[in-house]
Amino acid sequence: MDGQKQRILDAIQNQTQPTVTTLSSLLAVEDAIGYIPKEAVEEVAALTHTTINDVWAVVSFYPNFRTGPPCDHQVEVCWGPSCHLMGAMPIIAAVLETVKMAGEGDTSDGKVSIRYNTCLGACAQAPVMSIDHQLMGKISPEAASLNVTNLLSQPEQ
Amino acid sequence: MTSAILNALQTINTAAQLRWEELTTGDRPWIRVGAALCGKAAGCDAVLEAINSALQQHDVQAHVSEVGCLGLCFAEPLMDVQWPNGPRVFYPNVTPELAEQIVASHIMLRSPNTALAMGYLGDSGPDGIPDLGKHPMKAKENRIALRHAGNIDPGDIYQYIANGGYQALGKALSEMTPAGTLEEVKQSGLRGRGGAAFPAAVKWGFLASSNAPDKYILCNCEEGDPGAFNDKGILESDPHTVVEGIILAGYATGANHGYIFVRHGHEGPIDRVNTAVKEAYELGLLGKQILESEYTFDLEVALTGDSYVSGEETALMEAIEGKRAMPRFRPPFPAQVGVFGQPTNINNVKTMAYVPEIVVNGGQWFSNIGHDTSTGTAILCLSGSLKYTGMVEVPMGLNMNEVLFDVAGGVPGGKRLKLIQTGGPLGGVLSAEAADLVLDFDVFRAAGAILGSGGLIAANEDTCVVDLTRVLIAFCQYESCGKCFPCRMGMSHLLEVLERICHLEGTSDDLSLMRSIGENMQAGSLCGHGQLGFNPVSSALRFFSSEFDAHIIERRCPTGACPSIYFSPQLTRR
Repeated sequence: MDGQKQRILDAIQNQTQPTVTTLSSLLAVEDAIGYIPKEAVEEVAALTHTTINDVWAVVSFYPNFRTGPPCDHQVEVCWGPSCHLMGAMPIIAAVLETVKMAGEGDTSDGKVSIRYNTCLGACAQAPVMSIDHQLMGKISPEAASLNVTNLLSQPEQ
Repeated sequence: MTSAILNALQTINTAAQLRWEELTTGDRPWIRVGAALCGKAAGCDAVLEAINSALQQHDVQAHVSEVGCLGLCFAEPLMDVQWPNGPRVFYPNVTPELAEQIVASHIMLRSPNTALAMGYLGDSGPDGIPDLGKHPMKAKENRIALRHAGNIDPGDIYQYIANGGYQALGKALSEMTPAGTLEEVKQSGLRGRGGAAFPAAVKWGFLASSNAPDKYILCNCEEGDPGAFNDKGILESDPHTVVEGIILAGYATGANHGYIFVRHGHEGPIDRVNTAVKEAYELGLLGKQILESEYTFDLEVALTGDSYVSGEETALMEAIEGKRAMPRFRPPFPAQVGVFGQPTNINNVKTMAYVPEIVVNGGQWFSNIGHDTSTGTAILCLSGSLKYTGMVEVPMGLNMNEVLFDVAGGVPGGKRLKLIQTGGPLGGVLSAEAADLVLDFDVFRAAGAILGSGGLIAANEDTCVVDLTRVLIAFCQYESCGKCFPCRMGMSHLLEVLERICHLEGTSDDLSLMRSIGENMQAGSLCGHGQLGFNPVSSALRFFSSEFDAHIIERRCPTGACPSIYFSPQLTRR
């Protein structure tokens, strides 16, 4: 058994909460390896006694699930109304310009993924972004761009 | 039975008292740092690191706690220092460098740093430092659900118990019947804080009247509303008040299973509530025969993926069962057929957080606070163009102008308030003039707005209403679960029209087109997402129709904002 498959099985089988479901198993896999590969869908279907189609239905519903390997770093920029009013759009523009992309997605070298988030939960600190789940409030376009530049210049993982 | 319960309670009370004395007496100072989502976003982790390394460097002992949100989010990272028997002295917007200075003065020299402090809390304070209780954001507060937020370490159950925690549960189990507990909540007039403002006791009564052996209590902390962070704020500041409230709801309704439902990815609230549940089990406050009584209740934390609609009660049940979070048809209602096919009651985090204090102080006490049938307090999240942003708990009945201009300090930069957005994106907007209302569920509803979950976003005169409406509809479109096509396609269609108007390319029949889409959405959608989804447009048109006309007819944006740079997600659930 290869290492990836073992990690998927471990994640699914080591869930500690009493209620284990398709969704909870998928979230556990995502936490462990950062995405939901085809094998994970098959394993979750087997564990929860459901079909591959039913598991895909759940994967495709929640946009937090990735189906391809994750990038080294995850950048999220909030575009909720509070952040929008406090200047989220110039921040998204600065971040996209830094990675030379037109919209959300992954950089071609696999270093950084950019996602818009509907609300990161720190509205009083708007505008907010997060890098690898570390929140940063009252951010300026310049600071956002600098943060992303620093990620791009880090050696490959 | 009663004496066994009281003995069990006494044992944990004694342990809690010892813990509290250890923190507040003796010779060590207590440093507390706000580490809720607002504190994290402001950089509290680096501050904590600086504090700990400064203490180590000076070789001095102190208690250092990560606490929740005191409400003054604008002042985060917020740290305070308290010497035994002294006041708490608060330092706002602390950086690692300032933290070192504060340790050098207030810890090493025992002398408060007057230049850096913003205020004190306690009986009396040091010279030259104002009473934080008189700060605009604190002066009008009446903290019930938030009574411990920012004061105790949410990861330490003994701190909650030492401050009155789990006494309501002890009281209910030892001297009240389930029906008596339900009656107390009925007396309180408590209405649901999730948005619909339905009387909690009536809802509980539906579940209590069911004889099914397995009944469920769900606590909703999905909170996908942009601009609302009070559910997460309570859960990460004082998770035990929610846990205790849920157990009491279970006792009153005869339910034995509970779930707290949180969105995956918010690690702070999730970690803290998981710890709280674990601690409560360890002390026999959850599980079999709670506090040596006959009552058994099991509680667990269930996570959902990113989905706004999973906060809708029946969609939430689907998500707990591990499926796509799409609403179910009603009837049957959750009190008959809920999660896993069993009778179920669902309440918001805030609703649950009030319950322990209602049981301890009596329903009458709670009903004396507030305005008409909106009893108790409103927990508001203040964000947008306001001087003081953060989370406050003020009595219902307070005037919105007092909230906006006193509590929140008004609009900074000498700008004029243009509008407020309440109750989440579906709540729509109110012009500044129309916002002169008292905090009351029914007053807001009559004014065509929703007080809802307490999000309050303020926009200044530079805001283009059409542009803001586009953002609200873009959110609703992205978050439509896709089950009902009037919502799924209607939202996309509305967004398309608003995009066109923002690009100053709207056509003369666009407004009537949007109205007819809105009517279809309202009539043809299963849940509030589609039914209320036209609110952002209808409310904006009600107050600011001339701004839409300027965009469409005169092809100009009165604020000069349009056409602006704009990004929205490519991914949708369509």
